[in-house]
Amino acid sequence: MIALAVVLLNLPPMAAGRLRVAVSSLFLPLFGLAGSFQSLADQAAFTPLTRSTLIAEIERLRLTQQQLQLSDMQGRAALEENARLRSLLGWQPQVRWTHKAARVIGREPTTWWRTLTLDFGGRHGARVGQPVLTSDGLVGRIREVYPLTCQVVLIGDTECGVSTLVRETRDQGLIQSTASDPIGEGVVLLRTLQHSPGILAGHTVVTSGFGGVFPPGIPVGQVVDTRSAEGGLYTEVRVRLAARLNRLEEVWVLTQKSP
Amino acid sequence: MNRVPITLLFLATWLAVFGQTQFPTLGIPLDIRPALIVYAALTHGMPTLLGIVVVSSLGTDALSANPIGISLIPSFLPGVVLNLQRHLLLREQRFAQVWLGLSTGIAVPLLTWSLLQMETQPQPMGFNLLFRIVLLGILNAAACPAFFVLFDGLRDAFEYKPIAEMGFRSDREIKRGRT
Repeated sequence: MIALAVVLLNLPPMAAGRLRVAVSSLFLPLFGLAGSFQSLADQAAFTPLTRSTLIAEIERLRLTQQQLQLSDMQGRAALEENARLRSLLGWQPQVRWTHKAARVIGREPTTWWRTLTLDFGGRHGARVGQPVLTSDGLVGRIREVYPLTCQVVLIGDTECGVSTLVRETRDQGLIQSTASDPIGEGVVLLRTLQHSPGILAGHTVVTSGFGGVFPPGIPVGQVVDTRSAEGGLYTEVRVRLAARLNRLEEVWVLTQKSP
Repeated sequence: MNRVPITLLFLATWLAVFGQTQFPTLGIPLDIRPALIVYAALTHGMPTLLGIVVVSSLGTDALSANPIGISLIPSFLPGVVLNLQRHLLLREQRFAQVWLGLSTGIAVPLLTWSLLQMETQPQPMGFNLLFRIVLLGILNAAACPAFFVLFDGLRDAFEYKPIAEMGFRSDREIKRGRT
């Protein structure tokens, strides 16, 4: 057994990846069954709704759609203006992102990592490093890609550092996990690059785009409280995450749009 | 020997590995593999124990962010110790099953986390991680006697029962008197 463990741990990355895909594919039927049960449960939840409730819901969604169309038109106009101004100044054009929906089909089976498994794999366009988010905020990034599924490392894990800034004060910092982080309660620790006394509870933290992994402006969370660290060299900020990581069902994967 | 109980034990291990990814409670995955390893170690031979350890460890490593193969030794060590010492253990007593489930449920994740320190950088040990490992131990303490009841019942149901032989055999009867 020890020899087997030593051999497996010293496998080349390619062979270890293939073995991982082979073993995890043994569980694909169970993931499929769980997904089918989830869909059935979702459909059953709509059964007792009355006709009048559904009509009211359609009306509400129609209004929301009209508002979103207006916002979309304004956004497109702003983007075009931004592109024109960038070309006038000779700046590099911004990377365009598009999003694809994915369903969460599994969670991390150990207690020391924070990952998710999505039904979105290499065959659907998944690539390592793609950002994952919900309409509330950032969730994490893709860590490993398999043919039919992918593994997402969540924000707050030791493997998922996020370069962020506080929207109100423009103070920059890095979110990384530590032993004292209250993992599971949706709170992470942000360390600013310098002492930042202007950060207050309730301020919004967004991605800065400097890390090269996440595009700028994705909401990360809100400041809970701050404290001065290392004799006032920098500030530690506790941030309540915008996305509810323990209740994720559907997420969006951001993919770079080809120019 | 009937293969059905062993097949069901492997099936339960496969389902237990999958179940860890589906039903997180109190922020922890429902990892009942240590309780299955205790059952396999105390009631089956070394080949079955090795099979259960390989299936459960490789399955967990493949579905998690662990390097593949890292949890083989941490799952194997408690199992092999229990298997070699099972003649000294009161394995049919409920309190022994609870304590073995508790200790294995804590030992397996702690050993795995310790080994991971050499390979990579998992979440550092803090109050939260320790609390969740103790919760896993309590979960396995509850699951272990349940597995003994379930699988012993299945074994009784599927394995061949020995034919009850009567003490009396007519061909060995000593006839008294003259024939």
